[in-house]
Amino acid sequence: MTMNDATIGVEVEQFAIEVARALVPGRRLAGLFAVPAVRELHLIAVVAEEGRLIAVTTALPEGTMSYPSVTVLVPGADWYEREIHDLFGIEAIGHPDLDPLVLPLPAGSNRPRPGSGDEIARLTPSSEPLPALVSGEGMFTIPYGPVRSGVFEAIEYVTETPGEDFPRIQTRPHYKHRGVEIGFVGRSLEDGVLLAERVEGVATIAHAVAYCEAIEKISGTEPPAAADYVRVLHAELERIVNHLDSMIRHAEAAGQSVAYSRLTLHKERLMRLRARLCGSRFGRSVVIPGGVSGAPFIGRAEILAAVDRTERDLRSDLKLLMATPSFLDRLRGTGVLPFSIVSARGALGPLGRGSGMEEDVRRSRPYGGYRSIGFAPTSRDDGDALARQLVRNDETWEAFHLIRQVLDELGDLEATEWSTPIGPVSGEAFGWAEAPQGEVLYLVHVEDGVLVRVKPRSASFHNLALFTAAFPRDITTDFAFIEASFGISAAGAAG
Amino acid sequence: MPWITRGLREGIVTSHYPHRPDDYGPTFRAAVSVRDDGAAEHDESGAASIIGLCPTGAIQAAKGRFLLDRGACITCGRCVDSRPDLFSFDADVEVAEFRRDLLVVPRHEEQPNDLASLREDLARRVRALRRSIHVRHIDCGSDGSEEWEIAALTNPIYDMQRLGIYFTASPRHADVLLVTGSGAAGMLAPLRRTFDAMPAPKLIVAVGSDTASGGLLAGNYATRGGIADEAPVDVFVPGSPPSPFAILHGILLAIGLLPVRDIAATRNPA
Repeated sequence: MTMNDATIGVEVEQFAIEVARALVPGRRLAGLFAVPAVRELHLIAVVAEEGRLIAVTTALPEGTMSYPSVTVLVPGADWYEREIHDLFGIEAIGHPDLDPLVLPLPAGSNRPRPGSGDEIARLTPSSEPLPALVSGEGMFTIPYGPVRSGVFEAIEYVTETPGEDFPRIQTRPHYKHRGVEIGFVGRSLEDGVLLAERVEGVATIAHAVAYCEAIEKISGTEPPAAADYVRVLHAELERIVNHLDSMIRHAEAAGQSVAYSRLTLHKERLMRLRARLCGSRFGRSVVIPGGVSGAPFIGRAEILAAVDRTERDLRSDLKLLMATPSFLDRLRGTGVLPFSIVSARGALGPLGRGSGMEEDVRRSRPYGGYRSIGFAPTSRDDGDALARQLVRNDETWEAFHLIRQVLDELGDLEATEWSTPIGPVSGEAFGWAEAPQGEVLYLVHVEDGVLVRVKPRSASFHNLALFTAAFPRDITTDFAFIEASFGISAAGAAG
Repeated sequence: MPWITRGLREGIVTSHYPHRPDDYGPTFRAAVSVRDDGAAEHDESGAASIIGLCPTGAIQAAKGRFLLDRGACITCGRCVDSRPDLFSFDADVEVAEFRRDLLVVPRHEEQPNDLASLREDLARRVRALRRSIHVRHIDCGSDGSEEWEIAALTNPIYDMQRLGIYFTASPRHADVLLVTGSGAAGMLAPLRRTFDAMPAPKLIVAVGSDTASGGLLAGNYATRGGIADEAPVDVFVPGSPPSPFAILHGILLAIGLLPVRDIAATRNPA
């Protein structure tokens, strides 16, 4: 693997030990992926530290169907090893619970093995309910989902409860598994970005940027400066509307109907601003490999007018909301995630930053326009739903600030080129972006301009593994708040 | 107490759609249309290159003309950028149709009898619902954006409730099932169970191009080509994702609450 960053190759038997050894304080496990190669399967553990990624890799010879589990030593590998088991049929020996996560298949089924070149026919996931082993006497399980009250993406939470609290919640995103990884295989670079936009549709820009950053690293090209700023403009608008969406769900759950109306109005106005910028309310088809598809449709003054108005209204409404006791009481002390857990598991985005983590890849591994504009990261220590809401508030104001900065930068540029052409390149690289949900990571392998293996890792997937840990003493009625404060998208988690 | 004045201060922001057209549109790319003018001339290799522009295979050539299947189109705009003489973006949000094949534009062979009977049948079924419509949503493998656009229907601008349309938690109370997604295999059984749990008369509105075709993921191991083979869809709303107005139009079309002029306009886009 050539990753532009450090790579450590080890024997299979040493893999778990070396991954654990690489995770010194200040580093976190960002992902564990399987990549088929010629007569081998590579396992790549991605370790993030300030300024760079470190890949710890090993190779399983063809026919080897197991390896010593990493999860035993590194709990954060849990969901990654379950996912690799589902998609590649490779077993992590010693893993505490290899239940299906994204693709429940009967034993002995073919596995999709994305990137292997295998033709895989239509699979029929088991429709039998998965086993739900209760962990104590007097406990029973309540499945919640995949069709839930309200307009939500399909996901199931199997809650275990003696009556009111939830000692354990099993999260099952597999219902809406769409096979996105196999969807990338064989596509051109230009088609790949269209799929990246739809891996997690609410974070269209972040996924497209992470994918394109990887392509640009492989090809050794830099987008024009103006294109990088347009990406920041769209990414920060995306951050604000996603943070608003989380607040809207808090307000709805707390029965704050005026706040709900106000916040949905602000969100709608920003969605319309996004459509005025590019024709799409989600910023679709803006980011392309090498840059962006063109100039914003409207000028700086018009964008500023819309941004100023929404920021003014939102500041006034949030000031009131954050002084409304019947709202704050529902968030304060709800869903507490202590720093010890989020740091051990490397929680991403507002989830980590609400519990004292400070990492934000816009600052720790800056990319594109973030390399040249000022940006103040934020963090809170309480670890509850309120802390996560406060992080989102801070990030919203910072996003408005960033938007003004890039508009200033763009105003001074006489841009004529919006993208740098990229030929039929070959290579492998990681790309990343800080989505509203947290770091999005893309592993891209391309040969002669054709995608061989693309592994998108959304923050939703990584953070959702911590959901059960956020109910230390919370009860049924806290569920909606904790879920809203996670701010995840099931599409990104199910793959 | 301060909240009371907060909502009032803004004044009325709610749209009058469908009773009056809404001026939100001109900048919004709701769908792709085939232009009437430059359609005819192309040789076989030229046609193949134009068909090859589309990442989802939505462009077809027939009888010297190009056709575009909005049920497969993800409005990426590649055809419009490459051949603005042949394709254009359309800002009209009223893109919903009663039948899958009607999503292919332009339509030259109208089938009035067929369509009329379809509409009459639908009207007969929805008559009992009157003006109190309860909607249940189910996600069958969306990318998550359709859910945002459906949820937006409760914001003060669209305010779906003003039309007597409400979201309901239980399929037992639902008249309309809004289905999103490309047909993820794991959701097909829940889709059937949800539909079976609804009392008759019941309707299905399929939201998004993914429901009509499966979009970019159609036909892989986990994704079927949309949900039309899995459930009896009454109205398709194309788009990736469709805007809230397009979804609202689709619901109103299904329950027969559109002013007559709008139905006529939808039938004869040319």
